Amino acid sequence: MDAKQASGRPASPRLASRHLPRWSPPAIAAGAIVAAVAIGAGAGLSSHIQWGLIALALFVAGSYAITARVEGRRQARNRVATSLVWSSFILAVIPLYSLVETTISKGAGIVDGTFLSHSMNNVLTIQPGGGVYHAIIGTLEQVGIATVIAAPLGMLTAIYLVEYGKGRLAKWVTFFVDVMTGIPSIVAGLFILSVWFVAFNKAPASGFAGSLALALLMMPVVVRSTEEMLKLVPNELREASLALGVPKWRTTVKVVLPTAVGGITTGIMLAIARIAGESAPIALLVFGSAAINTNPFKDPQSSLPYYIFEQYNNGNQPSYDRAWGAALVLIAFVMILNLIARLISRWKAPKAGR
Amino acid sequence: MTTTAPPPTTPEPHRVARTVSRPGDRIFAGMARGSGILLLIVMAAIALFLTVRAVSAISKDHGNFLTTFEWTPSLNPPVFGIAVLAYGTVVSSVIAMAIAVPIAIGIALFITHYAPRRLGGPIAYVIDLLAAVPSIVYGLWGALFLVPHLRGVNLWLDDYFGWTYIFHKQDPNSAARSLFTVGILLAIMILPIITNVSREVINQVPKMHEEAALALGATRWEVIRLSVLPFARSGIISASMLGLGRALGETMAVATVLSASPVLSARILDPVGGTFSQNIVAKFGEADDFGRDALIASGLVLFLITLLVNGAARMIIQRRKEYSGANA
Repeated sequence: MDAKQASGRPASPRLASRHLPRWSPPAIAAGAIVAAVAIGAGAGLSSHIQWGLIALALFVAGSYAITARVEGRRQARNRVATSLVWSSFILAVIPLYSLVETTISKGAGIVDGTFLSHSMNNVLTIQPGGGVYHAIIGTLEQVGIATVIAAPLGMLTAIYLVEYGKGRLAKWVTFFVDVMTGIPSIVAGLFILSVWFVAFNKAPASGFAGSLALALLMMPVVVRSTEEMLKLVPNELREASLALGVPKWRTTVKVVLPTAVGGITTGIMLAIARIAGESAPIALLVFGSAAINTNPFKDPQSSLPYYIFEQYNNGNQPSYDRAWGAALVLIAFVMILNLIARLISRWKAPKAGR
Repeated sequence: MTTTAPPPTTPEPHRVARTVSRPGDRIFAGMARGSGILLLIVMAAIALFLTVRAVSAISKDHGNFLTTFEWTPSLNPPVFGIAVLAYGTVVSSVIAMAIAVPIAIGIALFITHYAPRRLGGPIAYVIDLLAAVPSIVYGLWGALFLVPHLRGVNLWLDDYFGWTYIFHKQDPNSAARSLFTVGILLAIMILPIITNVSREVINQVPKMHEEAALALGATRWEVIRLSVLPFARSGIISASMLGLGRALGETMAVATVLSASPVLSARILDPVGGTFSQNIVAKFGEADDFGRDALIASGLVLFLITLLVNGAARMIIQRRKEYSGANA
């Protein structure tokens, strides 16, 4: 429209380039959808996914062609990029939404007081009924023991790296923490398995063996997050404390750690949330059981993720239902841990003087 | 008691900061150093134990460990090899990467550059949370929801792209429990982590670079192509490698979806094949002591592969740290 005002002399250079009106993208989209429905219905394509894909292709091609005509090639490319970015987002949202939606809708009908307070003891797998009580106990104990082992060791290692670490040993420790971060969970299970074979010459079947594998997976996460948090503590605090003649260890325990405690707690809780969902090491080391076993040091136990795997492998509808119920319980558990962790980190963020 | 004056043992009287070792300091430093050393010992022990068990298993293998298809350590003589497993692991991960990396970059750009500002934060937060969904839940969803829903896609691919051989499906009626489905599921699983790391890197791109490009009249896409992507490239690569490491080692999602058999096929829609971790979980229950050693050997190979991938990712990050002084 700006160009029109200068239309007295058509040869003059335009100050503003021509623009498509703002309503053009929705209009092209609507046109593409109508055309896709026409093509889809006309060609008798049954799958609505195909209709959607045709509409998407028409939209991208159409907006490129129209924009290229009116605004030029560069703008046209810009529009194509925009629509690709948007469609990649939508494409990713669909499965992730479906995952959460399926779990909630299928699990919600199963989870009730009975489900949460009963084990699978004396329940035939083809029957409905039974519950996850024994699995919850197993998960809590295994994750608890793993945390008791991994959290102090991880924190001390991080303290070593930040407060003391210099020279070759620190470099090696950093390197191997990186190595540990990349260990697949099944390999951690095999590690502990081979240790058991070499040390006791038999296969482990206890919650404790599983906890060791979980601790192995948890430790690098704790070290990394604690390290990051300790690095955020301003050096002035340490120097002030040391200048008052406070020994270094008291400075670390009474000044540095309290300053960073929020972030460290968050890191540990996120690590707990991660290992609570691990099932592969449990399958190798703990074996699972249908009955309640509160002793993590003797005899097989169950755990929530392993319970899901077990029920899925039973391969019948009542077991699938139980698997969905347990999946909902597990997701809720992990998400609550995550949310609490994030809230703590928001409240107790170190007020670093940066 | 620790703040009392230390005994005057130091010979130099005029040094202000006397290097006195208080017992508390020594104990605490010892504990910190000790846990670091313990970590090293544990890693060394683990590597040693694994290698010992693996070598003892491989030495009794009557097939070639690298090229044998079957996994039958219970036979007499035992025959087992990782050819199918290595192939399946690599193929499913490659499919996962081919799908996940472009989409993850798209989402990261969406959050940082395209989404309305009020939406970007919450979306990033939700994707953060999705990274915490346990893999067994993905596996359950994949087996009970994705497999039946991918049937149509499989038939369509077979119909129109069957001539490529890769997408030819031998038995069109078989369930979609194939390496292709596994790849799609792995892609969905590693999407959140690749997105998160890429988004963080893209957020570090100096605003000045983008504004300079804008001031030259660049469109939004040109800003991204000229200033954002070059800066973030190595970060995105290492994010993808971290995702690849996850995909390679993923166990439960593969074990629930894939219908495994010792067949090495380039037709990725056929329900055959296997991966390292899936094989370990599937064969573990029926394995005797020797069979477990054999599985440990395959786990060692998986460990070495993930080690290489993760090491490469770290090296790229490290290199980046050195030359990007601009993000301060």
